[in-house]
Amino acid sequence: MAADNQGNKKRTTLLLGGLVALMFGFGFAMVPLYDLLCQVTGTQSIAIRAGMGKGPAVTGEIDKSRLITIKFDATVNPNLPWDFGPEIRSMKVHPGEIYAVNFVASNRSNSSVTGQAIPSVAPWQATPYFSKLECFCFTRQTLEGNERTDMPLRFMVSTDLPAEIRSLTLSYSFMRLKPGQEIKNEQQTLPAIATIN
Amino acid sequence: MTTTTMTHDEAHHHDAPTGWRRWLFSTNHKDIGTLYLLFALTMMFLGGASAMLIRMELFQPGIQLLDPDLYNNLVTNHALIMIFGAVMPAAAGLANWMIPMMIGAPDMALPRLNNLSFWILPAAATMLLLSFIVPFFPGGGTQINTGWTLYPPLSIQVGMSMDFLIFAIHLLGISSVLASINIIVTLLNMRAPGMNLMKMPMFCWTWLVTAFLLILVVPVLAGGVTMLLFDRHFGTSFFDAAGGGDPVLFQHLFWFFGHPEVYVLLLPSIGVLSHVIPTFSRKPLFGYHSMVGAMLAVATIGMVVWAHHQYTIGMSLGAVTYFMIGTILISIPVGLMIFNFIATMWRGSMTFETPMLFAVAIVLMFTFGGLSGVMLAVVPADMQYHDSMFVVAHFHYVLMPGAVFGLFAGVFFWLPKWTGHMYDERLGKIFFWTNVIGFNITFFPQHFLGLAGMPRRIVDYNVMFTEFNVLSSIGAMIFGLSHLLLLYIVIKTIRGGKKARSRSWEGATGLEWELSSPPPFHSWTVAPQIK
Repeated sequence: MAADNQGNKKRTTLLLGGLVALMFGFGFAMVPLYDLLCQVTGTQSIAIRAGMGKGPAVTGEIDKSRLITIKFDATVNPNLPWDFGPEIRSMKVHPGEIYAVNFVASNRSNSSVTGQAIPSVAPWQATPYFSKLECFCFTRQTLEGNERTDMPLRFMVSTDLPAEIRSLTLSYSFMRLKPGQEIKNEQQTLPAIATIN
Repeated sequence: MTTTTMTHDEAHHHDAPTGWRRWLFSTNHKDIGTLYLLFALTMMFLGGASAMLIRMELFQPGIQLLDPDLYNNLVTNHALIMIFGAVMPAAAGLANWMIPMMIGAPDMALPRLNNLSFWILPAAATMLLLSFIVPFFPGGGTQINTGWTLYPPLSIQVGMSMDFLIFAIHLLGISSVLASINIIVTLLNMRAPGMNLMKMPMFCWTWLVTAFLLILVVPVLAGGVTMLLFDRHFGTSFFDAAGGGDPVLFQHLFWFFGHPEVYVLLLPSIGVLSHVIPTFSRKPLFGYHSMVGAMLAVATIGMVVWAHHQYTIGMSLGAVTYFMIGTILISIPVGLMIFNFIATMWRGSMTFETPMLFAVAIVLMFTFGGLSGVMLAVVPADMQYHDSMFVVAHFHYVLMPGAVFGLFAGVFFWLPKWTGHMYDERLGKIFFWTNVIGFNITFFPQHFLGLAGMPRRIVDYNVMFTEFNVLSSIGAMIFGLSHLLLLYIVIKTIRGGKKARSRSWEGATGLEWELSSPPPFHSWTVAPQIK
């Protein structure tokens, strides 16, 4: 079993080595494939979650019988030298009514810095029923050195919000933007997918 | 089957190196198998020591011994050392020892590669230990407090010890991939004439599947941790949301490896079981073909259900439903294996030597772990159990009986073959009972702790959990110390004992029992004919 067996062994070894290389590549191929898969299946990746809120139209109808607790949450990415948070931690709202709340951002550094917030709603099932009519997250925000500013948000919870949801959390993550970079968060009623250029 | 007597072998290997060269330069499958097993034994005590520290800390609520980061570092080390340092090398050691003997080959197909794949391991273990030691020095950064899953963003923020760990994982991965290639090449090319795949012993089959799983998933983990390294040092943002990445992607990469890894740990032990149970039931294995099929099914489905470890990340309903059904499906082929083992024992003339005791314990306790696994697979239930001590109890019930007891059974089963001496049966039984009782006292209460809401990977806990934790810690001390007895038995057997016959067990069948005990330097210099 000497000669031809040696050839077989070599072939099997090379094939298996190729398989290893292929799977190592597959790991890296997962990076674009994963985003693609999330977009196709609607699996919640961060990029998509930001664009989920294709808010319902404002009908003017207010459901006074329901009170929904909205909690506000704010995170600043460590690459952004800002303090950022809501003026109030939570509020109770009626579906259909428009509310306003202020977030406060201040730049700890001495130079001008640009950032943008990415919103997300938890539980994620509530995302389509939460519409932001005016939001600082739609555009990039620039703060001069040591500047402090109010960032307004006007929002409405749809009357179609499923009955089992009694409270939801709106969370913002503020990210630093490089010059020329912008995150396209959703505009009202547009089912846009957030892309980070 | 013909028996080839091997008495003419002395002249053949008179030039074999001796002393330390025998081990460092070894290309002999038995010596490398021994090295693997000794390495695994060492690592088992190291991983066990970190587990004992964890249980000592959890003996009482409050923070007594370990600060939180050190505690979490020990949790990380315990997992990585046990999985990559103890169980996988031990299984590879069994494979090295037994596969050439079982298929009638003189040695492994790629002996030099075999040497390399072992000797990478001590280097990897050193890196792993350095990752633990470095934070104790000034400027060494923070401890690895992520757990073995290494999830970003935390793993990106950890100090330089994480870099040591990433390289350790690379080395461990290279070692197991090389070993897997060697095993597959051996199994596909070196079988004795007449032994077709469906006549191959079950242990070889399990290792064939295991090796393929390793080749498919370990490179993906290597890719994942490489990306982690790039994110840490080279300004990429694979997992950093601020740069457009997604930390959840790492979870997918990790569990794409991590879930099949469970079967990598399990299957070799299923292979051992498929030899131990027929031997001590004195009946052939029930349903050989269905075992092979079930194993292939487990491996295939096991490759595509990884996200059941991540139900809470917020996947769509469709995705979680798919992963839930896929996961529950696995219990069908696994159940088939268990039924085959029970059917093998059915009306057999059973005797309960130590390997068989472990085998019976596996059938009982692994099934139990499998059942709590089905509980965890169900999405709404898992939302409650996620990251609780219930999960800890579940996977220790799966991995201890499923993997480690199988390895113990294999060691006791084949020790007479390896050393030429019978082990001390009385001590073996004492070891079995202290080990199994200790194990159950340790982990059974953790089910209740988890259901009552105690989270895992946290150094402190609510006083309401004290009683079960005390019980669990006492069990852990019994369980941990019982392994000293294993060490003693193994040393005692190597040094001497009742001479073992070629066929060390009355009911044992297979080519490995045709060779002398201990076997000659080159296993089968003349290939046996399989009819």
